[in-house]
Amino acid sequence: MLLLLGLHLVAALAAPVMVRVAGRRAFWLLALVPGSALVWALAHAGSIAAGDIPTSHTEWVPHLGMAIDLRVDTLSWLMVVLVGGVGAAVMVYSSVYFKADATGLGRFAGTLTAFAGSMLGLVTTDNLLLLYVFWELTTVTSYLLIGHYADRKTSRRAAMQAIIVTTSGGLAMLVGIVLLGNAAGTYRISQIVASPPSGTAVVVAVGLLLVGAVTKSALVPFHFWLPAAMAAPTPVSAYLHAAAMVKAGVYLVARFAPAFADLAVWQVTVLSLGAGTLLVGGYRALRQYDLKLVLAFGTVSQLGLLVMLVGYGTREAALAGAAMLGAHAMFKSALFLSVGVVDAATGTRDLRRLNGVGRALPMTALAAGLATASMVGVPPFAGYVGKEAAIEALRHDASWSGRAVLAALVVGSVLTVAYGLRFWWGAFAAKRVLPGEDSAPGVGPVVGADAPVADVQHRPSVLLVGPALVLAALGLVTGLDPGLGEHLLSPYADQVPGEPGHLVLWAGVTGALFTVGILAGGALLFWQRSAVEAWQARRPWPLDVDLVYRRSMRRLDGLAADVTGATQRGSLPLYLGTVMVVMVLAVDWTLLRGTRLPGLADLRLWDSPVQAVAGALAVVAAILAARSRRRLKAVLLAGVSGFGVATLFLVHGAPDLGLTQVLVETITLVVFVLVLRRLPPYFSVRPLAASRWVRMVVGVAVGVTVAGMALVMPLARTAAPVSVDFPDEAYEFGGGKNVVNVTLVDIRAWDTMGEISVLLVAATGVASLIFLRRRGAELDRTGARAPAERAVWREDTDVMAPLRAKARARWEASVEAGGPARLHSDWLSGSSTLDPQRRSVIMEIATRLLFHTMVVVAVFLLFAGHNSPGGGFVAGLVVGIALAVRYLAGGRYELGDAAPVHPGLLLGSGLFLSAGVGLVALLFGQSVLESTILQFDLPVLGHVKLVTSLFFDIGVFGVVVGLVLDVLRSLGAEIDRHIEIESDDGGPDRPADEATGALR
Amino acid sequence: MSPPVTAPSVTLVIVVAALIAVGVYLLLERSLTRVIIGLILTGNGVNLLLLVAGGAAGGPPIVGMTDPERMSDPLPQAMVLTAIVITLGVTAFLLAMAYRSWQLNGHDEVQDDLEDRRVARRAALDRAAYTDADVGTEPESLDEAAAEVHDETGDVGGRE
Repeated sequence: MLLLLGLHLVAALAAPVMVRVAGRRAFWLLALVPGSALVWALAHAGSIAAGDIPTSHTEWVPHLGMAIDLRVDTLSWLMVVLVGGVGAAVMVYSSVYFKADATGLGRFAGTLTAFAGSMLGLVTTDNLLLLYVFWELTTVTSYLLIGHYADRKTSRRAAMQAIIVTTSGGLAMLVGIVLLGNAAGTYRISQIVASPPSGTAVVVAVGLLLVGAVTKSALVPFHFWLPAAMAAPTPVSAYLHAAAMVKAGVYLVARFAPAFADLAVWQVTVLSLGAGTLLVGGYRALRQYDLKLVLAFGTVSQLGLLVMLVGYGTREAALAGAAMLGAHAMFKSALFLSVGVVDAATGTRDLRRLNGVGRALPMTALAAGLATASMVGVPPFAGYVGKEAAIEALRHDASWSGRAVLAALVVGSVLTVAYGLRFWWGAFAAKRVLPGEDSAPGVGPVVGADAPVADVQHRPSVLLVGPALVLAALGLVTGLDPGLGEHLLSPYADQVPGEPGHLVLWAGVTGALFTVGILAGGALLFWQRSAVEAWQARRPWPLDVDLVYRRSMRRLDGLAADVTGATQRGSLPLYLGTVMVVMVLAVDWTLLRGTRLPGLADLRLWDSPVQAVAGALAVVAAILAARSRRRLKAVLLAGVSGFGVATLFLVHGAPDLGLTQVLVETITLVVFVLVLRRLPPYFSVRPLAASRWVRMVVGVAVGVTVAGMALVMPLARTAAPVSVDFPDEAYEFGGGKNVVNVTLVDIRAWDTMGEISVLLVAATGVASLIFLRRRGAELDRTGARAPAERAVWREDTDVMAPLRAKARARWEASVEAGGPARLHSDWLSGSSTLDPQRRSVIMEIATRLLFHTMVVVAVFLLFAGHNSPGGGFVAGLVVGIALAVRYLAGGRYELGDAAPVHPGLLLGSGLFLSAGVGLVALLFGQSVLESTILQFDLPVLGHVKLVTSLFFDIGVFGVVVGLVLDVLRSLGAEIDRHIEIESDDGGPDRPADEATGALR
Repeated sequence: MSPPVTAPSVTLVIVVAALIAVGVYLLLERSLTRVIIGLILTGNGVNLLLLVAGGAAGGPPIVGMTDPERMSDPLPQAMVLTAIVITLGVTAFLLAMAYRSWQLNGHDEVQDDLEDRRVARRAALDRAAYTDADVGTEPESLDEAAAEVHDETGDVGGRE
């Protein structure tokens, strides 16, 4: 069974390719897939009827109680036969029905096969949760198939309506499933049915399950989606919306009827909605002009009948329901397939335009005739046998509900006879007067007088008529041997208490009288069809549920817009303020209710007096930064505050943090300055006086709340910290003495991996915001620079020019006198690209001296970090600062010389190194990112202890260097270039001009 | 190994509160530069808060340098370390945004979202906030429309 499901899955995935290769012929191969399910079921028919039920069990999500439990008892077997048999027939039919170059045929084939597989899973699973999964899979595939012609508005709307109705039912069902599973303590359907739980929760659960069944099987009041779903291609209507998917609800009712049919909620829902649907569907079918709509409303009606019978709760009714289930699948799919033939041959399905089609398509007419005979219940067809059994079953129930159901059955059957005759007559008969012409004005969409009567233009191929004929003939064959049907189906009915029912051709005189009466009544209605149509037209349907649905969807849209309008005000300060206020309220509530503040005696003023000094520095600088109206001042003060915090880290016993904080503050300052050179020097003065107080209050409230948290948190510890063993672990397994570093690269390496990914994303974001289209392909190297290119950082006014001219004159004189041939030494190669007045010899010399020292220090920090303060982050930041110094001293060409590598390469290879090292551990049978300690002796270096997590740290180092380099290249070098473009083409600081226009 | 559970140092609590209060005040501004400064100050405050939550000050968590009993808690330190570097990345990103905003609009102020305003205005007027061609307004019901849909059928038939 699991193999069959797998086969469907593979075939569904392969179907688009198969159709591309083999065209429509691929459907023949695909027909074998549901066909194999049919063969499997037929091969097991005898053993299943004898009570030998095939089961299989595969664990899937054990902690949810979700397993792939498959179990094929009689009911499932019947459904497998239907799903497989009709599926194979429809596949064969599709191979000739569609144009060879029809749009989306591959997608159609794949979705149809996927549906067949989902339906097979739905009817064979024994696990409620899995049933829900398959249930929704059929909903989704149905959605895709209804919306097959996605370019047509009608198809899209019908698909959307169907999926909204059925998934909302499905969601209700899911709640019911969980409730039921909890009450029963198992999700195994067979166990729940064998010993059904009871209680209020179960009543609610059953009610919710029925909501799912009612929406799926298109019962009143959710029946409207099924006629609209006729926008799907006809093979889909025949398979999903007649034989298979809509039967899922019937199946669910049939499945749980043995367990819950005696519940009041069950009786009321199933019987009233079933009977109501039976009548409404039959009534509406009588005045449809589109053949598919006649059948669609007929299907609605029959689904009501089926739900009513299988949910009735007696053994006889259950047997009759199962028989009708099989009969309906055969005749209704045969009828849809015949309509497809007529539609394909004549180009219309409007019964007012079809005349004498039966003569031209005799085999199609025969197939439809046989199927209609089965539907209306003419002996000895399968439909007759089922209906006869149903009448027998209901006739013996003297309760008022039994009588009411019997009455509904009889009236519904009369309507069925009437619309069945109307269907066959409308499709195939030769008419003297076309319908619609003789009826009162306003009756339905009247066909224009100039609309020609459609006639048959093509003879359909055998493959097109064959499937319908086979299905219809089967309705006759199975009806002729009702004993076989009884033998195969009664094991299901035996689960329900009551007298055993029988499937027979002759059920006594009373039954025969019922049949004759029903057929006569239906014939009478058909004979008076014009009068019936006119009568219906005068009485418009009191409640158009379709309209109610559409109105409520519009209301929902309106409500969504109102809610969006009320909450999404589009103001960032408002959003942030809301977040802050909610945080304050939630935290304060918790603080005030359930915690204890430390007593005054517990409090310490400070850990050391340095803390007070550094803290005061941090706070005062922060406040001054907030008060500053000048950008640069604010940034510098924020930096000072950051250095204060770094000192607090050091005092707290966190040298790594102090080091990192100092380095980051430095780089932040550089980055700020690089951007601020483009922004106005002062913050714009805004009339924010009123909101300033609000912001202040919010800020103070958040601060006070956080202070409360800070006071409470250290005392709220209830368990020993996880880090209590970190020092031992770090040394034993991580091979390092610096616990913080080992935590980063080993104990919590996964976290670090995520964090360096964030860095990569941030760096890429910066580059994409500045470079806009593509990151510069070539690096700015001094060697590659054209000598005529303008100087970097040029100033238009050069007050020092006379001085330099004087110096130059002196130098020329000294050269003539045999002095040194060079004007001055180039300390940095890139500095020659700068505008002369932008150069600083002191800075150049300092850079020349410092850069390599800094890189060596960084390498030391990188390698020493495992045992003493340092590590990849710190080392990367040091190299970043070294690069920033090079850039500031020598401009962008100097930066290119200093780091002739693309930042993306550094970021990518850094992350790759970290992740790759983690995976290498897998090769040696360790878990991902586990460290290995290697010890060996080298001739010069002596004893070496190499921990593999060093490579992880090198990866971190690469990412951090890449980040800083990316920032320098974007916010430094690339903005330089923007400025140059701007000043070449127009005045500076005018973003609206054409030069920057090119940058947008 | 971690120091005995004690109440935090009052100085640290005050610093945390002050940094976060000032940071939030700046975060609620419209100028992106001030928002970024607010973010940095808030970040510093939160980093300190994490350390405070980890317990009182102690010696550097380095085996051999400090007795494990006297070590400060290494776990918050590891968290804060990456947080500091990530703040750098975020700052750079926001600054790039500020620059881009200046390039496009001539200032670095966070404007209200015009689209949100438009939705709110239309909702207040009870008009549709968007147009959806698939929302049917015609009186024809969907099943009547479905009758008009025809398949692309094969060579067995054609339209007249």
